[in-house]
Amino acid sequence: MITAGVDVGSTTSKAVILDGDRQILGTSLLPTGANVVRAAERAFREALTAAKRDEEEAGYVIGTGYGRYKISFGDDQVTEIGCHARGAHFLFPDTRTIVDIGGQDTKAIRVNDRGEVLDFCMNDKCAAGTGRFLDACANVLGMTLEEIGPASLRSEKALRITNVCTVFVESEIISQLARGEKVEDILRGVHQAIAGRTAGLVRRVGTNPAVTFTGGVSRNGGMVKSLEEKLAVPVNVSPLSQWMGALGAALIALERVEGGAVRRVPATGGAA
Amino acid sequence: MIVAGVDIGAGTSKAVLLDGGTGQVVAKVSQRSGARLDQAGALVLAAVLEKAGLRREDVAYVASTGYGRYQLPGRDIQITEVTCHARGAHFLFPGTRCLLDIGAQSTRAIHVDGKGRVLQFKMNDRCAAGAGRFLERVARALEVPLEELGPLSLRSADPQAISSICAVLAESEVINLVTSGKATEDILMGAHLSIAERALALLRQVGVEDEITLTGGITLNPGMRKALEQRLGRALNVSPDAVYAGALGAALLGLVRLRKRGDAG
Repeated sequence: MITAGVDVGSTTSKAVILDGDRQILGTSLLPTGANVVRAAERAFREALTAAKRDEEEAGYVIGTGYGRYKISFGDDQVTEIGCHARGAHFLFPDTRTIVDIGGQDTKAIRVNDRGEVLDFCMNDKCAAGTGRFLDACANVLGMTLEEIGPASLRSEKALRITNVCTVFVESEIISQLARGEKVEDILRGVHQAIAGRTAGLVRRVGTNPAVTFTGGVSRNGGMVKSLEEKLAVPVNVSPLSQWMGALGAALIALERVEGGAVRRVPATGGAA
Repeated sequence: MIVAGVDIGAGTSKAVLLDGGTGQVVAKVSQRSGARLDQAGALVLAAVLEKAGLRREDVAYVASTGYGRYQLPGRDIQITEVTCHARGAHFLFPGTRCLLDIGAQSTRAIHVDGKGRVLQFKMNDRCAAGAGRFLERVARALEVPLEELGPLSLRSADPQAISSICAVLAESEVINLVTSGKATEDILMGAHLSIAERALALLRQVGVEDEITLTGGITLNPGMRKALEQRLGRALNVSPDAVYAGALGAALLGLVRLRKRGDAG
């Protein structure tokens, strides 16, 4: 018996396959693109393939993330807040605060010692402080998302970004470049700006250690450093942080199976 | 005697030369500001002088306005864009009591008296929602050239609502609308209506009173005018010269200053 968690985010889709002993058998990660339904299916199948398991073995499948209602093969949907909390608590049991920075939204979540959500705050109205903000800055500088974090860490003098709006920051960066400012100093300022906004969100739920950083942006070492500076506490980051939502969903699915739940959606016959 | 008004905007810079004797516009130029805002003003001033066949020393007074108004070397004065747009709109349409100035990075609603003096204004310059950049992003996502945005949106029969306020998040929404098979013109009209809603919310805060004049770069876009008029239920004053309202206002106010200086001397 296996369970699956499928996290369909605005930018990437992720899936995690767990066995009955809570061991991770396989994961997948791919761009969501415009076809959300297909992205969810592909994430599920690729994770099954990585786990070398068949769909028929799935005891329960839970969908989460922005596109969770588009998952045709899921038994249930759980909010990404609940899933990130569950996943972060599993990997770092002392987690009390979760910072999740995704492609289009940022969340601060307060959890108890069992990983249950007590409070949360979220920005999903505006791209400022989200992955899209970093994406836009990388684009203007002609760099990839992978390059900007390490580059920012080489800065010796952070430049202040005065705008909040992502669109205006693009112009601000162009002006900084035109003035001859160094790319790494611009980037350091960009990372500090996002960390500052995120810290504001975190303070609204309370900065209780340990803090665990999840979501795609947590892969960026420059962001981890800036966030630690702004929060003034160390931050847990797992190599699985991008799969935190999917992992949480798979864990919740396993608890459901342990509670007697059975898969309601028939297997489509796809093999591993 | 020639007076220059230079409006250094976030997107484009405009310059107007005014003949102080006749009160007529001698020449006007509008061009992209580019990345070097500190050079944009000097460049547009040089361009308008060249167009008029005049030299810098022929200009008796230079008034600057706009986002980059402090970055014009040799200016005699800088005046806020609110004051300048009000003055320029009054010059173009003397009946103006309200104006909406929608630029690349900011949107302003201004209530003026019968002489074009500012009574009250509200503005959004913190966020691209409701400003020209929002449309630029949507145009980019749809791969439609900027100058075709307006005309294309006018063909819309079924405008698609855009729920994201943020220009960046709206881009993703636009891509989803394209994927779900919605027509480009319907998505575009939705984007125009979205900006119109936000601009009119500002206008309602200063009080709606006829006549209402549209200024700023967006006046060139017929789709924006339609969206605004439709949501407001009133007709708007639109002039091809309204793009120059800020520069024109600066020149007119500069002329007043110059005359005062002359009287004093």
